[in-house]
Amino acid sequence: MRSIKRTSRRLPASLRAVPTSVPGLGARFLSTTAPTSSTVTINGSTDTSVTPISSVLIANRGEIALRVARTAASMGIRTTTLYTDIDAASQHAKCTPYALSLGAPSAYLDGPRIVELAKQHGIQALHPGYGFLSENPAFAKACEEAGIVFVGPPAKAMTDMGDKARSKEIMNASGVPCVPGYHGSEQSVEQLKAKAADIKYPVLLKSVKGGGGKGMRIVRNADEFEAQLKSARAEARASFGEGGEVMLVEKYIVRPRHVEVQIFADRHGNCVALGERDCSVQRRHQKILEESPAPLLDDVTRKDLWDKARKAALAVDYVGAGTVEFILDKDTNEFYFMEMNTRLQVEHPVSEMVTGTDLVEWQFRVAAGEKLPLTQGEIEARILERGAAIEARIYAENPEKGFFPDSGTLVHLSKPQTNEDVRIDAGFVEGDTVSEAYDGMIAKLIVRGKDRETAIRKLELALREYEVVGLSTNIEFLKRLCNSQAFIEGDVETGFIDKWKTELFEAKPTSNDVFAQAALGLLGTQTQNVPAAHGQALGFGEATTQNSRKFAFRVQDDASTEEGKIVEVEVAQLNNKLFTVSVRKEGDDKPQVFENIVSKSTSTTAPTSSAKKTKLTTYFPLARVDTTLVQDPADNEKLTVFQLGHKTQLRLVSPVWFDKALGLKEVAASVVAPMPCKILRNEVEEGQPVEKGAPLVVIESMKMETVIRSPQSGVIKKLAHKEGDICKAGTVLVTFEETEESA
Amino acid sequence: MLCRVCKCPVNAIITMSFSSASRREVLLFSKQLSRAASTSPRSASLPLHPRNLGLLLHSNQQQPQQSQRQQSLLQQQRRSVATFTTPHQANAISVLKSDVDTDSPEFKENERLMGEAMARLEELTRKVHQGGPQKAREKHLLRKKMLPRDRITALIDPGTTFLELSPLAGHELYPEADVPAGGIITGVGVVEGVTCVIVANDSTVKGGTYYPITVKKHLRAQEVAKENNLPCIYLVDSGGANLPHQSDVFPDREHFGRIFFNQARMSSQGIPQIAVVMGPCTAGGAYVPAMSDESIIVQEQGHIFLAGPPLVKAATGEVVSPEELGGGAMHSSVSGVTDYLAVDDAHAIVLARRSIANLNWPRGSSTGAVTPADFEQKFEEPLYSADELLGIASTNLRKPLPIHEVIARIVDGSAFAEFKRDYGTTLVTGFAKIYGHRVGIVANNGILFSSSALKGAHFIELCAQRGIPLVFLQNISGFMVGRDAEREGIAKNGAKLVTAVACADVPKFTVVVGGSYGAGNYGMCGRAYSPRFLWMWPNARIGVMGSEQLAKVMETVGTKADPELQDRIERESDAVFSSARLWDDGVIPPQHTRRYLGLGLRAALGGRNEQAPRGTKFGVFRM
Repeated sequence: MRSIKRTSRRLPASLRAVPTSVPGLGARFLSTTAPTSSTVTINGSTDTSVTPISSVLIANRGEIALRVARTAASMGIRTTTLYTDIDAASQHAKCTPYALSLGAPSAYLDGPRIVELAKQHGIQALHPGYGFLSENPAFAKACEEAGIVFVGPPAKAMTDMGDKARSKEIMNASGVPCVPGYHGSEQSVEQLKAKAADIKYPVLLKSVKGGGGKGMRIVRNADEFEAQLKSARAEARASFGEGGEVMLVEKYIVRPRHVEVQIFADRHGNCVALGERDCSVQRRHQKILEESPAPLLDDVTRKDLWDKARKAALAVDYVGAGTVEFILDKDTNEFYFMEMNTRLQVEHPVSEMVTGTDLVEWQFRVAAGEKLPLTQGEIEARILERGAAIEARIYAENPEKGFFPDSGTLVHLSKPQTNEDVRIDAGFVEGDTVSEAYDGMIAKLIVRGKDRETAIRKLELALREYEVVGLSTNIEFLKRLCNSQAFIEGDVETGFIDKWKTELFEAKPTSNDVFAQAALGLLGTQTQNVPAAHGQALGFGEATTQNSRKFAFRVQDDASTEEGKIVEVEVAQLNNKLFTVSVRKEGDDKPQVFENIVSKSTSTTAPTSSAKKTKLTTYFPLARVDTTLVQDPADNEKLTVFQLGHKTQLRLVSPVWFDKALGLKEVAASVVAPMPCKILRNEVEEGQPVEKGAPLVVIESMKMETVIRSPQSGVIKKLAHKEGDICKAGTVLVTFEETEESA
Repeated sequence: MLCRVCKCPVNAIITMSFSSASRREVLLFSKQLSRAASTSPRSASLPLHPRNLGLLLHSNQQQPQQSQRQQSLLQQQRRSVATFTTPHQANAISVLKSDVDTDSPEFKENERLMGEAMARLEELTRKVHQGGPQKAREKHLLRKKMLPRDRITALIDPGTTFLELSPLAGHELYPEADVPAGGIITGVGVVEGVTCVIVANDSTVKGGTYYPITVKKHLRAQEVAKENNLPCIYLVDSGGANLPHQSDVFPDREHFGRIFFNQARMSSQGIPQIAVVMGPCTAGGAYVPAMSDESIIVQEQGHIFLAGPPLVKAATGEVVSPEELGGGAMHSSVSGVTDYLAVDDAHAIVLARRSIANLNWPRGSSTGAVTPADFEQKFEEPLYSADELLGIASTNLRKPLPIHEVIARIVDGSAFAEFKRDYGTTLVTGFAKIYGHRVGIVANNGILFSSSALKGAHFIELCAQRGIPLVFLQNISGFMVGRDAEREGIAKNGAKLVTAVACADVPKFTVVVGGSYGAGNYGMCGRAYSPRFLWMWPNARIGVMGSEQLAKVMETVGTKADPELQDRIERESDAVFSSARLWDDGVIPPQHTRRYLGLGLRAALGGRNEQAPRGTKFGVFRM
């Protein structure tokens, strides 16, 4: 990062350079920067309007709190973080010298209390991060009133951009194109339907308060309009409360791309665009891959996007970091203003990587009253030089099961090596728990390469080294995205995942050496302290007679074609570290035999998560294979194999005597909660006969509704929980009457 | 005078060193030499060996006269100074050098003949490992029972080696029946880090019934347990005594009853007895679990009763099912004969492992004179390949076997601190380490003379005094005979060796690497001298004397010549014949000798064993 001193010295020069270095931008650019040309070019540190920030309260959690704290500390700013009860031991609360308790899990939203704390502890500034209070104008105002510097845009700009209908009015007035639509106050069903007909189907219904895909519906024709409106309103009301049911009707673009521009403005009327980001690859209307520059975008459109973005920001007298989102019609290359996010976004590192800047540093400096450290021209030169950057968001979720959020303990976490081109912004370390109370993003992996293809390749390599056990993640899915030809070619649109679903979710076969390694690894955990003279072949006859052991695994991996299959592995120890392994998959006639393979393993128990990890190196007949085998301490039968950059989940099949001896009886005739959740409602009654696939219970977890469906046809015996009950994962929800046949 | 190691004349070395050496180091060597010359040339021969001087010999040009002048100058100025000796230089004097030429016709011929003997044993052992007949095995598996060898594998710790005892027991012993492994698998295995003796009936062999050899093998395993202080695990699956052989199984001292006697005595000595009932335990067999400290039974599979249902019906008319009469559920909940109820074999084995874990037995190293550090210290493998033993050993026992070559392939780093190297050279004695355990080795290198016997007795006294286990490498045709020998007192000198061997109260291990004939067998710790383990190489032979001599003696004493005699004696001297009768603990591949000794030492020194020095009280040595 650049030092303040150095940048402030070159500030005047940069400003002087603006008009000449970007000739392509023309008059419009000049006009936006025109007021600054009159600014006296004095050294930033001596400028009377500059009040350096010396202490900051970071009103956020997770990776962004850590990230802000990192830059703040490097700038010599005293940092203080906040934590709720369940976050007391989390990384962000530990990363600063000062941390203050908030109490309840929702308290990150308790604006008045946070302002009070800042005042009480004499903290000069407040950084809101993203989410929570970051886009709350009332909060920004409260800060200002309390004399605390809010590191973000003025409340007014936030208010203007926060109301979707109003923001579009302003944009339309200043020549920024908007999606054709109705943003008015007439909210009767008929009126809205008429407007929809004007705009032409398909249209999109969206709550004025909307975000994150909630209260949003696509209406393909007039017939389904009313039903969709009703459902959108219901959801919006539930998510955003009173006023959420006020709907916008917009043109629905069939092949849209999500392109956004990172802008930065200072108090002196300067505004720059730090390139655009394409965030088209989304699931559940949430981004997972963000990159800059946007692929397959001609320079004219690109520059036009930047220009319009700056215009949009200046139209609301914006100050600080912001993102102007556009929807780009893939078919026409037309783009429309969507909204402006008046905060630092999750994906800001992509722009940082591609421009070589630290936007949090910029935030603090702009908040202090300094001018922007770089001119548009300098930024563009850097983009040209630095190539492309891409960010992958690593989420606790299950892509195979509709990207359903997951939570749990990070039993094993191994990250790729970071360097100036590979960056990880994470809020968790091994042993931490990803709580269902907050967003399930584990980390962001940001990679830079000389061009887009290189960046993707490097991302894929880094992902291969990213190992997580304890909860489902999208890492394997991200690897598949990186390998998708369509993605590499830049053929992105917001419906990308849906469009290439078959390819992206195609189950792949699991090679036999994975099972061999799993067995050798398990054996290795028991053979660490074998005394001297032991372990070698002894006597006449087959060396394997007294040293062959059988293992059985069940593949428990939706990404494998062997899912659900039983695989038997026989390991015969021939000598110390010398084995013959045979692997037979269910349905195979003959086992595959790996003869005389040398395998070395070392087992350790992770200090924080107490997971048993075995690292083994095996020389198969044709290749060396390095593997990490992780045994979950909470569920010892669960094995995760990381091998050649690929993860496979297995279940160790327990011996025959296990259930009988332990008095376990499989509760086949029941349905259990798949994750920690709240029961929203039971869809069936006790004694009611149900068909397979019928909805049984609706649960809510991670703020998402899920319908639990019947795994079988049968009669409901008991509903274990009533509405509103909180259940742990694995809790029995419904039991069925036992039938004679199944017994 | 010749250098022992490379047979080069010592004088030549000296000359060479003078003619080409001149540096400061050489000054020191020459000083040593001047001192050595006045005492004994031999003592100088080692430090001056070309191996030590190699560097100097090839890198110096100055004239010797110069160095001598400097030397005398130095001597005038100051007194002499001790030379620093590095550990590797010090150790070098113990490293055995091998002269084996693996391309020589002799080596090749030995290898070929040994190969044949090995192949025969491979074949025999492979068959034995199969267990009973195919049909019996299938039936066994159909009952969801594990085969005995799989039970043992499941019982022992992964990665450890099961030291099986006498797998060839019962081979061609009973004309009417094939009894692989004598119908019982015994050995030493590590369970939960505790070295144990495991005894497993093989019910696929004649229902696991006890033939005389089965009893003998069971008793031998108990003897191993008793001598080495090893907990016992009995995997019981036997129909009891083999009735047609009852007179050879039941009545005598070393018969069936002795099993329970041993159990009781061992338990009293604090050697744990654990039984796992995985099949029938009828009549006398019922006492195996009943006499154990803890017993485990498999439900609907293991049965314990003094008389089975047919006998009960015959005796009292009572009709009762086996499960009701002596099933696991009954014994674990009603009679209390068993302590744990298992659902199947695998479960029972897990329970047995848990029982062993709860013995509170010291794991691994000894608590006695052998410190844990001694036990776990690093060791070096021998410098030479053990596979070469196949070309060194010979099936023709008339040929001498270079015993140093054998030792060099057994001991750590091929390092052997030889004791009395030049006295009584037909018996080689010295200290070495095997997997880090210090041992005293007593090995034949020819016929035993009075001097060899005296040397052996001396060395055994040293080991007993110091608490060092003894390893005997037997290849002996006997003590020297003849007028001179008798006049020298070979009888009393041999007796000294026998006394020393018999009384030495340290673990003793014997490997018969060649012949084991006559009184040599006694002096070299034959079976009668209770070595902890006794193993034979495939080429080994054992007997009062060689078959040829025996036939000749019989001819001389005038008995009617039996044309079959020599062949029969030849057959009966064979290692497999011996092993089938449990005169040893197994025929072993020569190249595994080191491993067997390592495992044997571990069994003898680990756990609750204490190897106190000076524990031995010798009998009267006739002087």
